Amino acid sequence: MDMTSSSPNESYDGQDSQDTNDVGDVRATDTTGTTETSTMPDAAQTSEVLETVQTVQTSGVIATPLSPRDAANWAEMVSTLRVAHMPSDAVSLNVEGRRVVGPLQGFGKMWQKTFWVRLSGVQVTPAEVITTWKEEFPTFWPKGNRFFKPLTGIAPGEVAVLSLKVGGGMRLSTGVLVLYADDESFTLMTPQGHVLAGWITFSAYEEDGATVAQAQLLIRANDPLYEIGLLMGGHRQENQFWIHTLSALAARFGVNGIVQTRQICIDPRLQWRQAGNIWQNAAVRTTIYTLGAPARWVRQLGRRGGNQL
Amino acid sequence: MPQANVKMTVRRINDSISVIDIQGDVSAFAEHALMDAYTQANTPPPRAFILNFTNLEYMNSSGIGLLVTLLIRVNRQKQRLLAYGLSEHYQHIFELTRLNEAISIYNSEAEAIAAGMA
Repeated sequence: MDMTSSSPNESYDGQDSQDTNDVGDVRATDTTGTTETSTMPDAAQTSEVLETVQTVQTSGVIATPLSPRDAANWAEMVSTLRVAHMPSDAVSLNVEGRRVVGPLQGFGKMWQKTFWVRLSGVQVTPAEVITTWKEEFPTFWPKGNRFFKPLTGIAPGEVAVLSLKVGGGMRLSTGVLVLYADDESFTLMTPQGHVLAGWITFSAYEEDGATVAQAQLLIRANDPLYEIGLLMGGHRQENQFWIHTLSALAARFGVNGIVQTRQICIDPRLQWRQAGNIWQNAAVRTTIYTLGAPARWVRQLGRRGGNQL
Repeated sequence: MPQANVKMTVRRINDSISVIDIQGDVSAFAEHALMDAYTQANTPPPRAFILNFTNLEYMNSSGIGLLVTLLIRVNRQKQRLLAYGLSEHYQHIFELTRLNEAISIYNSEAEAIAAGMA
């Protein structure tokens, strides 16, 4: 596996390399500046010093700021998620009180999936694309999937509730935390019980005179059940989801763009120590919750009747 | 495409430890710099890599993703990845993204080296 092939400024001419470690015909079309290498002795530590210098921006000077530029872009530290101000049909069952999980806490193979589309022929800046993407996020999703956006929109620390189609007429209620957001990107991180453990970064950047919109996932299946599901068509379904989303985003700007895909298996190992995540499985819990709806309805009816007496 | 605004320096402390000093921004654009630094720090392979974040100025979620892929690469070689020099802000980000569960954070280079040698 060539880790350097995951640079955003590379293109993959092939089709989706579903479920393989082979990324196909990946070719580097550009590099970010020059790389210089030099060796110099360090008398103080009598250790060999090797220096790699990646081209620095034209300002040329790197100064340490008093507070980080990204301070306002990250979510506040939270131990568990809290859902607020959601419509009544948004089920926060698998979100409230859950911890977020990164790709290191999941079970299945770790994948980096990148989907991107060039918005050729229109004058739109990356910031304008991201503003629209944040504001109209649910409208780009395939039909039947719902994203209950927080009242304050996609902003760092906000929690959204999702209702996803998972096949066979079943639905999955889960959510996401807005982990990071700035003018040209935002990142959603998944909670325990979600199909995926990890994060999805939506970004836009300029390349060769056009703005490119991109969704990049760094994920692994959260538990063994989801890993089996992903292998049995789930990956394909998920890829189609993001291809649809980017196509719809491009169409929003009047572009009939071709969505390109690159998939890299970052870690082929299964993390068996995380197999216990299955107890949080949102699909199982949503199914139990749905099957229990008649009983809840009868109980509520009984309570209402009791109150009237 | 913006250029990377990062400088990475590799120091070989001894046979067991390589330190990568990171100065500037860690974002998607730092990928080549980080992987080049890793390749140099891994020649010959040490037992542990230490990331020095003392001069880290900016990191976004793509930068965190880079650290995850670096960690996987290091772990697959049965090596360790340690860190020091993180400000309180970046320590919170490591906790939030749960990266701190896989990359041990130390207060100083001396502590990180001692842990890497253990």
